[in-house]
Amino acid sequence: MPIGIKDKVAILGMGCCRFGERWDASPEDLMVEAYSEAMADAGISPEQIDAAWFSTHMEDVGTGRGGTPMSIALRLPNIGVTRVENFCAGGSEAIRAAVYAVASGACDIALALGVEKLKDTGYGGLPVATVGTYIPQWYPGAVAPANFAQLASAYQARFNVDPQLLKRAIAHVSVKSHANGAKNPKAHLRKIITEEQCLKAPIIAEPLGLFDCCGVSDGAAAVIVTRPDIARAMGKTDLVTFKALQVAVSNGWEMQGNGWDGSYVHTTRIAARKAYAEAGITRPREQISLTEVHDCFSITELVTMEDLFLSEPGMAVRDVLDGAFDAEGRVPCQIDGGLKCFGHPVGASGIRMLYEIYLQLKGRAGPRQLPDPRTGLIHNLGGQPSQNVCSISIIGREED
Amino acid sequence: MSIGITGFGAYIPRLRLNRQAVVTANAWYAPELKGKARGHRAMANWDEDSITMAVAAARDALGGQDLQGRVREVILASCTLPFAERLNAAVVAEALNLDEYTGASDVTGSQCAALAGFSQALASAASAPGTVLLTAADNRRTRAASAQELDYGDGAAALLFGREQVIAEVLGQAALSVDFIDHFRLTGREIDYYGEERWVRDEGVSRCMPQVIKRALSDSGVDAEAVAHFIFPTSLAKMDAQLAQACGIPAEAVVDGLALEVGNTGVGHGLLLLAKVLESAEPGQVIVLAQFGSGARAVVLRVTDEIKHFAVRRGVSGWLTRGREELSYTRFLTYKGQLQLERGVRGEQDKKTALSTAYRHRRAILGLVAGRCRVSGDVHFPPSRLTYTPDAAALDTQDAHPLADRLGRVLSWSAESLSSYMAPPHHYGQIDFEGGGRILMEFTDVAKGEVQTALEVEMVFRIKDIDDLRGFKRYFWKATPVHTPAPQAPLE
Repeated sequence: MPIGIKDKVAILGMGCCRFGERWDASPEDLMVEAYSEAMADAGISPEQIDAAWFSTHMEDVGTGRGGTPMSIALRLPNIGVTRVENFCAGGSEAIRAAVYAVASGACDIALALGVEKLKDTGYGGLPVATVGTYIPQWYPGAVAPANFAQLASAYQARFNVDPQLLKRAIAHVSVKSHANGAKNPKAHLRKIITEEQCLKAPIIAEPLGLFDCCGVSDGAAAVIVTRPDIARAMGKTDLVTFKALQVAVSNGWEMQGNGWDGSYVHTTRIAARKAYAEAGITRPREQISLTEVHDCFSITELVTMEDLFLSEPGMAVRDVLDGAFDAEGRVPCQIDGGLKCFGHPVGASGIRMLYEIYLQLKGRAGPRQLPDPRTGLIHNLGGQPSQNVCSISIIGREED
Repeated sequence: MSIGITGFGAYIPRLRLNRQAVVTANAWYAPELKGKARGHRAMANWDEDSITMAVAAARDALGGQDLQGRVREVILASCTLPFAERLNAAVVAEALNLDEYTGASDVTGSQCAALAGFSQALASAASAPGTVLLTAADNRRTRAASAQELDYGDGAAALLFGREQVIAEVLGQAALSVDFIDHFRLTGREIDYYGEERWVRDEGVSRCMPQVIKRALSDSGVDAEAVAHFIFPTSLAKMDAQLAQACGIPAEAVVDGLALEVGNTGVGHGLLLLAKVLESAEPGQVIVLAQFGSGARAVVLRVTDEIKHFAVRRGVSGWLTRGREELSYTRFLTYKGQLQLERGVRGEQDKKTALSTAYRHRRAILGLVAGRCRVSGDVHFPPSRLTYTPDAAALDTQDAHPLADRLGRVLSWSAESLSSYMAPPHHYGQIDFEGGGRILMEFTDVAKGEVQTALEVEMVFRIKDIDDLRGFKRYFWKATPVHTPAPQAPLE
């Protein structure tokens, strides 16, 4: 087992723009918004940044390819800027690159930024993927809600769950996220909803209704990282450090073989085990104060509770309905509203999740501040249940 | 040595359009059609065409893909071939997983095309051993509020020819080629233009057909009174009975044209009716099959004792019971290209096909051939050089493993209303195959509420995508339930 990156890298500053249907802003404007806040938080000048990583998923819908869109938008001082892309987990990849650069000693200070401008595409929901060559000749023209909705049918079959009960549990997931998002001024969707609204909403992909699907948003988020000793030398206290960064990527076993039953996300379990080991966490239910998970759809969040070992197998429905992951629950989840309500600008989401945990650990989360959180987990999933990229990061207070 | 038919199969699409629905919708404009408001016509789903229906009929005749390598030639007869250039029969051959050294040809040009193909298949069977496959299909376009829209149906049939286990030997045949234009369609046009019905009936069918039928009978040395089954597909009322009478064939020999259940399926309709007759024909019975179009053709057959040993798979009777009533006339018009629906922004996706990729992977795409690892037994779709076997990826260990005839079960599924799809909600899910292998694939011919986890499914060859920009279709396989609900349950 590698030594890992625990406590080798600290967050110097973070920024996140207001997410939503930002008809007023271009991707460049969103980047400037997030970057300015992060720079002010870090208290550094651009010349101090050694290198940057840039995450955007749908390069052709406006933001552009390569490192130049970010370098030009932020007028970075001719440093290395590298674009990374890993489906919806791209933001976490940018973080990982910046953290590893600092941990290696190659950089003192590194920047990671993610942006997505989805609302200039003319689509509600994610735009359809670009056409490849081989895969579209056999693979269904599948959309994300139907890919994730299949978790529900398989989970239901595996645990023999009453469909109405499961529908209520996933409704609870969304009701909770809306309640949290309502307290977040930067969130895209800020209305409180009821279980009844969820249950009666039009079906998008059986059994997922409108309120089981996350918002499609414009947004950007940024993080500046450095070594703890550098941060302290700059006068920073109460440092938030990285405890673990793990990524697990499907290799086709779930998609092609017959061993996976479709009711869980294989890579999440692998990444979670590795992340807990790297962070030295042995009792996640007690040691994790809060989570930001990839709730692209309510059912994803529900099964993720089991995949992160925060619920026993088959018990997530009960735990969710019991409020275990509500703001006042055992391990609050999506205290900022999550993808569901904060929004899901694809390339920025991983960094947005980090942003919320950072604010919470710093005690800067305003009306949604949790009492004394110590360690937070970020679960950022790209792709679909049968074939995906799963990134799990754990951050916490330096002294823990 | 007897040469003749060694097998038969058919295909009727699951959708059966209620004619009353059509007549009612058009009553404001064409009240004269109300006399035709009886029964149903078979209707191709949006993802069916003459190629896919021909494949379905051929599989019905062969009992699946041709895994024994029996077929050495395939002839596809149709007047609605999807491609004017690109051998349609070659697509059929790929879908049937035929040996690459198989002859393939398209036969077209008139409603007699299937019988022209029959003649060609017979000659081929006589020239060399092995099986010759003749398959015929039509998916005709008709104008809204036309009589043809109600009279026609979509469907396909297939016959196997050879020298062994002949179930119906060919006693004789005759052909007449004259430029009698009962209808025509210039290349590039989509709908036929029709001549006056009375002229077609009196001057065309009534004059041409008896000559040809009598000639075929005399070539066979069979008396007209000895004919047990007389097949003459026609949309002209009572024309078949009048023709039988004109030829001296007993009235009770006239085979019902399935007008009430299917409609006239065009080029393949004669073969379809023959397949129906052969399902219950007795050894020794004589069958006359005749068709009219730019002349006429007729063949005379005699059923042999071997008929008792031929196992009908679904056959016409089986397909007849798999129907589901369709009440939406606008669905029919849309699928027939007569009504343009708003496709939404998601319908604007470019569906260009990389032809080099399509060729390289043709076995996987058109034949649904997976790769089975000879070490682990794991089945891979698509096939790959390295196996997915956890912690033991093996290199170049996969053998061809056809999946098309294997049943599957639904592991997970959803039905969504987001993507631009011609039969919403769009159903797809993960299918686990008998004997291993898994594919996330589309379902077809399913109604809301019909798909469930663990549902048993079978594979059907269908249109995957249509590239309107370049005028191209690509094909792949889809899952459909093995067991369908009670017939005629309406589509929601």
